[in-house]
Amino acid sequence: MYQFIQFSKEELTRYNRHIIIPEFGLVAQQKLKAAKVLVIGSGGLGSPLLLYLAAAGVGTLGLIDYDVVEDSNLHRQVLFGIDSIGLSKVDAARERLLNLNPHINIHVYETQLTSKNALTLLKDYDVIADGTDNFPTRYLINDACVLLGKTNVYASIFQFEGQVTVFNYLNSQGERGPNYRDLFSVPPPPGLVPSCAEGGVLGVLPGIIGSMQALEVIKVITGIGEILNGRLFSFDALTFESRTFNLKRNPTNPLNGTNPTLTELIDYEEFCGIKVVEKSIKEITARDLYDWQVRGEDFQLIDVREPLEYEEVNIGAQLVPLSGILDFADSISREKKVVIHCKVGGRSAKAIRQLEDRWGFQNLYNLKGGILAYISQVQMPLGSH
Amino acid sequence: MATVIIPTPLRKFTNSATRITILATTISEAIRELTESFPDLKKHLIDSDGEIAAFINIFVDNEDIRYLDVGKTELKDSTVISIVPAIAGG
Repeated sequence: MYQFIQFSKEELTRYNRHIIIPEFGLVAQQKLKAAKVLVIGSGGLGSPLLLYLAAAGVGTLGLIDYDVVEDSNLHRQVLFGIDSIGLSKVDAARERLLNLNPHINIHVYETQLTSKNALTLLKDYDVIADGTDNFPTRYLINDACVLLGKTNVYASIFQFEGQVTVFNYLNSQGERGPNYRDLFSVPPPPGLVPSCAEGGVLGVLPGIIGSMQALEVIKVITGIGEILNGRLFSFDALTFESRTFNLKRNPTNPLNGTNPTLTELIDYEEFCGIKVVEKSIKEITARDLYDWQVRGEDFQLIDVREPLEYEEVNIGAQLVPLSGILDFADSISREKKVVIHCKVGGRSAKAIRQLEDRWGFQNLYNLKGGILAYISQVQMPLGSH
Repeated sequence: MATVIIPTPLRKFTNSATRITILATTISEAIRELTESFPDLKKHLIDSDGEIAAFINIFVDNEDIRYLDVGKTELKDSTVISIVPAIAGG
């Protein structure tokens, strides 16, 4: 019901350069304000996507992410600055986006998208934008969009290469466009295609590709131009060559081909062949850690946060940021108990998994709730201010 | 002679070559020619049954070979073949 959308004087001033484009006008701006867009992932693609969608005046923006901001994100994730390091991405993103545009609503979901919660999380949004970083989640988002009849504006990147398309788009003739399973009926065997964390990515590439993704979201909402429906855009940053390939619906697509067999969401890690049973890791509570300290127990304490976070507040641990933990393994005791902590427990759990998997450590304990739990449950730490 | 565009993720198997000129006149021959010159490409293009892998896409002048003649799709001298692999980074 975009026709009934009204703007304040401040909003009309803000969106003036949109409204004066003849092909765009007030109507397109009304459609943007009425729209609800869910961005999944606030990383390299999510950063420009969210910034431009917020700036453009998309009325309701949803954001799903469960990660925290790390220093190694900042070469490409321009949504964040050094003040955000250690914060949850959704909180840091919300603050930044509301600072950019206070006239919009932002809903954040600090959770991992799963087969259990996907349909509930996606159902209230008009357009979904997939900026995630792994195959299982990409198939999950695709299948959820097809089952719910939502448009999925898709982009992905690797090193110097980017792809953009619009999946499952319903055109004005009522015809549904191709989806991810029409393009890739099966995922590559596990390990064959490295992730950005393993293979790297040139920081500016997600800036280019994520901006194109934002463009397509805006076109889908406003109906202007020719949408990248049934076409896959591919960009090679090294050669500066781009190509646009024609996509078709595949009659054997198990979701919406001629004989659909997939009628509900499945286990996507299993589908992608990367199902791993995560071993539980040993934990210690802040209270028990404090008891060890009071008793004078001989143990090693390691903090895997970033130097800036450590400077702000610490509990006298050795500082070894997560990215360098494997190289530090020789200096980690194998005899004594070793407690590893971060801000709330996520990064230290990653550190312990890496050390156990790679070097076979068996004496590592994760501080439950991280330094925040220690501060609130035990005492004000050293250097606190 | 047709030209094959090698995507970023596969260039490490082609000595960083971005474009390769081939003599083949069909897609199946082209893949054979490519994998003979660069054996490490094989597992990225061919599945365990020896067929063109379902997890990649091959386009001949922007059209998907699945909707042309698949492996028998004919190539002209001016044909540009693009290999489009699945990438998932974000």
